[in-house]
Amino acid sequence: MYFDPALDLFPLLAASLASLCCGLLGNFLLLRKQSMMGDAISHSVLPGLVIAFLIASSRSPFVMLTGATIAGIVTVILVEVVKRFGKVEPGAAMGVVFSILFALGVLLIEQAAVRHIDLDADCVLHGQLETLVWFGAPESIMGLWSIETLQAFPRQVTTLAIMLILSLAFVIVLFKELRLAAFDPELATTLGFSSTSMHYLLMIFVAAATVASFEAVGSILVIAMLICPAATARLLTDRLRSQILVSLITATITAIVGYFAATIIPGWFDRDTVNAAGSITVVSGIILTLTILFSPRHGVLSRVIRRARVASSVAMDDLLATLYRNEEQGMNAMTRDEIANAIMRSNPEAILKRAIKNQRIRREGNTYVLTPEGTRTAEDIIRRHRLWEHYLVDKAGIAPDHVHGAAERLEHVTPVPPAGPQTDPHGKNIPS
Amino acid sequence: MSLRTANLLQSHSPRSIQDVTDELPSFGVVVETLTLQAGYNTSMVIVGTALLGLAAGIIGVFALLRKRSLMTDALSHATLPGITLAFLFAGFIGIESKSVPVLLVGATLSGVFGVVCVQLILRHTRLREDAAIGIVLSVFFGVGIVFLSYIQKNAPSDSGGLNHFIYGQAATMQAGDVVLMATIALAAMVATILFLKEFSIVCFNDAFARVDGWPVGSVDLIMMALVVLVTVAGLQAVGIILVVSMLIIPPVAARFWTDRLALLVVLSGLIGALSGYFGAGISALYPRKPAGAVIVLTAGVVFVLSLLLAPKRGVVAQVIRRFKVRLKIAGDHLLEHAFESNSSTLSSSTLSTVAQEQGWSKPFASVVRMHLKRNGMLRKSHSGCSEVTDAGMKRGARVSRNHTLWEQYLVSYADIAPSHVDWSVDKVEHVLSESLVNELESALLRRGVHVPENQGGS
Repeated sequence: MYFDPALDLFPLLAASLASLCCGLLGNFLLLRKQSMMGDAISHSVLPGLVIAFLIASSRSPFVMLTGATIAGIVTVILVEVVKRFGKVEPGAAMGVVFSILFALGVLLIEQAAVRHIDLDADCVLHGQLETLVWFGAPESIMGLWSIETLQAFPRQVTTLAIMLILSLAFVIVLFKELRLAAFDPELATTLGFSSTSMHYLLMIFVAAATVASFEAVGSILVIAMLICPAATARLLTDRLRSQILVSLITATITAIVGYFAATIIPGWFDRDTVNAAGSITVVSGIILTLTILFSPRHGVLSRVIRRARVASSVAMDDLLATLYRNEEQGMNAMTRDEIANAIMRSNPEAILKRAIKNQRIRREGNTYVLTPEGTRTAEDIIRRHRLWEHYLVDKAGIAPDHVHGAAERLEHVTPVPPAGPQTDPHGKNIPS
Repeated sequence: MSLRTANLLQSHSPRSIQDVTDELPSFGVVVETLTLQAGYNTSMVIVGTALLGLAAGIIGVFALLRKRSLMTDALSHATLPGITLAFLFAGFIGIESKSVPVLLVGATLSGVFGVVCVQLILRHTRLREDAAIGIVLSVFFGVGIVFLSYIQKNAPSDSGGLNHFIYGQAATMQAGDVVLMATIALAAMVATILFLKEFSIVCFNDAFARVDGWPVGSVDLIMMALVVLVTVAGLQAVGIILVVSMLIIPPVAARFWTDRLALLVVLSGLIGALSGYFGAGISALYPRKPAGAVIVLTAGVVFVLSLLLAPKRGVVAQVIRRFKVRLKIAGDHLLEHAFESNSSTLSSSTLSTVAQEQGWSKPFASVVRMHLKRNGMLRKSHSGCSEVTDAGMKRGARVSRNHTLWEQYLVSYADIAPSHVDWSVDKVEHVLSESLVNELESALLRRGVHVPENQGGS
């Protein structure tokens, strides 16, 4: 049995909630090109957390969230100050601020450890998903609703659930404002709501979400979840609403797959489980890599295929146009080598074979000639080519001996115009 | 399943109470350590870390100028999978798996692969640099964490040293590792000094460098390679997360003090060396002071001081400068008012009217009066009222005349409607220089515009 509610339910719940919460807010960071601000904040909330803890000596979510939120705002302001006064690029300003604050946090944690306080620098990075064991797990489904069971709910899960609800409310209520501030901050400001305050509000939520997720999943997963699901969605869709939806779905899938990968896969090799937060991060990277490669519109593969298609259609156009010009000038039918030379391809076999299969050309001995169907297609291409030449000379004022190259490229991507002049600038007939 | 539960409980049982009493070292020990007389190993660590800081500070300048600061962050995070895989691989083929050179080779390979991934994402997707860096940083680190947890749980006996790479552990470094680190740092530093000219030209104007025949691509590659070297060398002492700040903080702090590259390099190197020295020294002296954090905080203190106190760029200097300009403008307004109302006595009601018009707070208004008195533009009259001196009236006349001149200029040359000029003129009138005033006069005379006569003297 792979799923044991007592062991797996809460870690899974916490991972999913944290992923959803960070993934949702990450969309707006991504659009504002502020993804690294998420990184900066997730590092620099650490001292806020420790200081809040030292002052209030309590780990209640409210104290933690307050400390972290203040640290988050301080980070944003400091980055702004360093950028403005230091005249350095935003990246360096962020780097300076978050590394100083993080170092402060590490030092404070080490000092706090002296007083046996359970804040561990390692847990800050990896989180402690695995410790969310459900000690009060009920024997049956009916037992779920008893008071004792509910009291056994880990604090982290409750905090994350509340944080997710708050973030959802934030995005839904201020969707219009967030969208406008992300795409056109100047317009937003002229329309009367300050994009700067939207920015700070977003940062407050990012800081709060970071902290809510922190204890359960660690800061590395927080950064990955702020960026990866949104980036994945950005490569799959062009609309903000669907981007958010896709990113939420991606975040959930990532959390579930990543968690089970960590608990199950090592078991196949008789090994102990690996860190779940790390594994979820890896899964988010794998999903993103797959998206980069195979996204239908923006993927690498589809771009390669699209280019290959265009290249092959251009080659076909070139072949037919070459044969047409050859026949037009009343020359002998062309052999394979002559064609290869004319369309500048050392291996014209594939394109010749396809043209024969599509009944555009046929073979006569060792030469190739256009079929009637092929002639019609070739006429279209030649017509586009010569009309472009005509236009470029007549309307754009380019010298007649300089237009062939441009027309040669444009002919492949223009629809056939219905009517036009009879001859091109070189005195050749424009087929109709 | 019960095995899993047992493991979980075991690995997260409360840690045994360690001996964590903070014993403060005596003054003598502090001096001994900082003057490198506290034993071979400690001294080596301090010198090595200072050298590392020096090298990082110098190379960091070029990383900053090439806008690669956060790229370095991705680079350092991306070394973790390399370190852990090198550890597993070394154990697999049977060499000493904790051998630091092997781990550092792994770190270099995966760090470089991380940087290549950032470039690939930038080239092949529509994601921006911030997202690309964040993705590589977190995903690579996640991979590293997975391997690390795998090693810790499945081969816990000999995995002790790996954790040190994350937060750094200068104090426990062996002399041999320190020599390795110092050698890399020295080599990187010497290379930087040799290529100083090439680096500067590529950083400031790579298009020009290319046209001028410099091999920009290769120079860039060398720069990046040096950054990689320093990062990898610093991993053990400072740790993956904070090593980047040794490259970023010193140059940014030095940037506040100078606009000259040579000086920037020297200052940044000094700040780096200083923070390396103190960081390693303090963490050797006191318990529970991780070297990485102390190094960064030392550099951070220098940075904060620079941010606040640097003579030209510093926050304090800039605030003072702005306040002085504001004070001068406010004083001018008051004198202009006195001149235009043609009375040298400023009653308290006049003062409050002007203050209200200009939006001055009460304390600011009195600071303005003090400022004018100190410059001999204002004095107390016999009746107790404020009285504008002759010098003050002259200044008022000049400001008022500047106002008119600029107004006329805007109306006759810039085609701005007379009803629209007043607002911008109010600002410009205070900063018109002598020569500009003369130019305005002659320009207005050429157009045949009446120029008010000069009452205030030159």
